[in-house]
Amino acid sequence: MNQTIQERVLKVIATSKRVPLETVQPDSSFEALNIDSLDRLNILFDLESEFEIEIDDEQAKQVKNIHEMIEGVTLLVQAKSAPSSVK
Amino acid sequence: MHRVVITGTGVVSALGSNTASFWHALLSVRSAIREMAGFEAAQIRFKNGAEIRDYSAEDHFEPKDIPFMDRFAQFAVLAARQAVTEAGIEWTPDLRETTSVITGSCLGGRAAEESGYWELFHNGKNRVQPLTIPLSMSNAGASHICMQFGIEGPAYTVSTACASSSHAIGQAFWMVRSGAAPMAIAGGSEAPFFLGGLKAWEAMRVISKDTCRPFSAERSGMILGEGAAMLILENLEAAVARGARPLAEIVGFGMSADAGHITQPLAAGPARAMRLALRDSGMAPEQIGYINAHGTATEANDRIETAAIRCTFNSHADKLAVSSTKSMHGHALGAAGALEAVASVLSLRDGMLPPTANFISPDPACNLDVIPHHARAASVEGCLSNSFAFGGLNAVLAFKAFP
Repeated sequence: MNQTIQERVLKVIATSKRVPLETVQPDSSFEALNIDSLDRLNILFDLESEFEIEIDDEQAKQVKNIHEMIEGVTLLVQAKSAPSSVK
Repeated sequence: MHRVVITGTGVVSALGSNTASFWHALLSVRSAIREMAGFEAAQIRFKNGAEIRDYSAEDHFEPKDIPFMDRFAQFAVLAARQAVTEAGIEWTPDLRETTSVITGSCLGGRAAEESGYWELFHNGKNRVQPLTIPLSMSNAGASHICMQFGIEGPAYTVSTACASSSHAIGQAFWMVRSGAAPMAIAGGSEAPFFLGGLKAWEAMRVISKDTCRPFSAERSGMILGEGAAMLILENLEAAVARGARPLAEIVGFGMSADAGHITQPLAAGPARAMRLALRDSGMAPEQIGYINAHGTATEANDRIETAAIRCTFNSHADKLAVSSTKSMHGHALGAAGALEAVASVLSLRDGMLPPTANFISPDPACNLDVIPHHARAASVEGCLSNSFAFGGLNAVLAFKAFP
C-alpha cells in the first residue's frame, strides 16, 4: 500500500509541476526539482484532493523533501482509514 | 511644485469607527483581532480576523442608497465624510471641479459578486442580481465619494493588492504637488470577510491560526482586517489661506517592482522604494525616526522587510523605531496602506509612536527596534509608511512633522 501511496504522490508532484514523472524521485529535493513556495501550495492542494485528506499548515511547513512528503501523506491516509480515528 | 499637507483624516476600522477611536486604540495597544463571526468553525481552517462589528448601513445611509453600495464602498464614503469634516472643507464650484479622488482596493466589492454567483452556481438560478457589476467594481468607492460631495475632478482607483492605498495616496500627493489638482481625497477601503475570499486566503496558507505577531520569533502569518481610511491632501498655501490646520506634511513617494516572484518578496524592491521615497522627500535617512512597517507577520515579509530597512538605512537602522500596527487592526489589504498612513501622520502630530502588539520574543532575522507592547513618546522629524504587495509591487510614503 505504501508503494502505491508513494507512486501516487510522485505522480501528483509531476502533474502539478508539469515535469516528466521519471524526474520525480522519493529522494529528490525540492530545490533540485525547482519547487518553490507557490509550487508547494499547489502540490499540497492536489495531494489533499488525491487522497481526500487535510494537511495542516504547520505540519506542511516542516516537510523538507519529497521523502518526508510521502511519509506525511502516508500517516494522514492511515489515520483516515483507522477505525478509531476522529477526523 | 507645491508643498502638500494632510488636513483631515477619516477611519473606519475594527479598532474604531473614527480616527480618534482608532488612534486611541493603537496607543493603548488594544487589538481588534478575535474570532470571526458569521462563519462556522468547520468551514475555514483559521478562526481569527479583525472584523468591524455592530455595523449597520442604516445608521449612515439613506435607505434608497444602500442597495447601490457594497460594504467596501460604504466604508470608503464614511471615511471620506470624516476626513472632509475634519479638514473643514467648504465646497465651491471650482473646488468641486478640480479636486481629485484616488482610492485603493484589492478586492473591491467581490462579496457582492460572490452573492450573485452563489445564485448562479449553487441555487440553480439562471440570472444574477442586476447591480452585481456596479456593486463589485473596484472603483465604486471612488465613484460614491465623488457623488457624495459632487466632486467632478480626476478620479480613479488603484488596485495593487496590499499596496493599493499607498499607491493611491502617493499618486494623489504627486498630483497636488504638481498643481494638477489643488486638493485630493485619497485612501483605500476593503471588506474581505466573505466565504469564497476567506477560502482563497486559506489555500495560500499565510493566515495565522493564532494571532498577528509581527517581527516576533513566534509569528505564524497574517490576520485579515477590514475597513477604510481617507486623507485630505492639500497644497500648503491654499490650506493655510483658508485657515486649515495641517496635521503633517507629505513629502515623498517611492515605488518599485521586484520583478521576481508572484508571491515571494525580495529585499531589493522594497529597499529601492524606500530609497526613492527618501530621495523624493529631500530628507536624509537620518531625519527618519519611525517606520510604520508593512509587517504582515508572515515568515517571509518580516525577514525581507528587515533586510530591506537595513539595506536602505545602514547604521541608522539601529536608531529607527519600527512598528507594525497590523498587529491591532489586522491586514486590511487595499485599505492597509491608508490606515497606516493615518497612524504615521498622527504619530508625527502627537509625538507618540504606536507599538507592535502581540510580540513575544525577538527573531534574529528581524533585529529592529519594533516598539513591542507599549506606545512610545518620541518626537520624530520624518517617518515612512511601507506597503509591499503580492506580485512584488512596492509603495512607500514619506511624511514630515508640521510644526
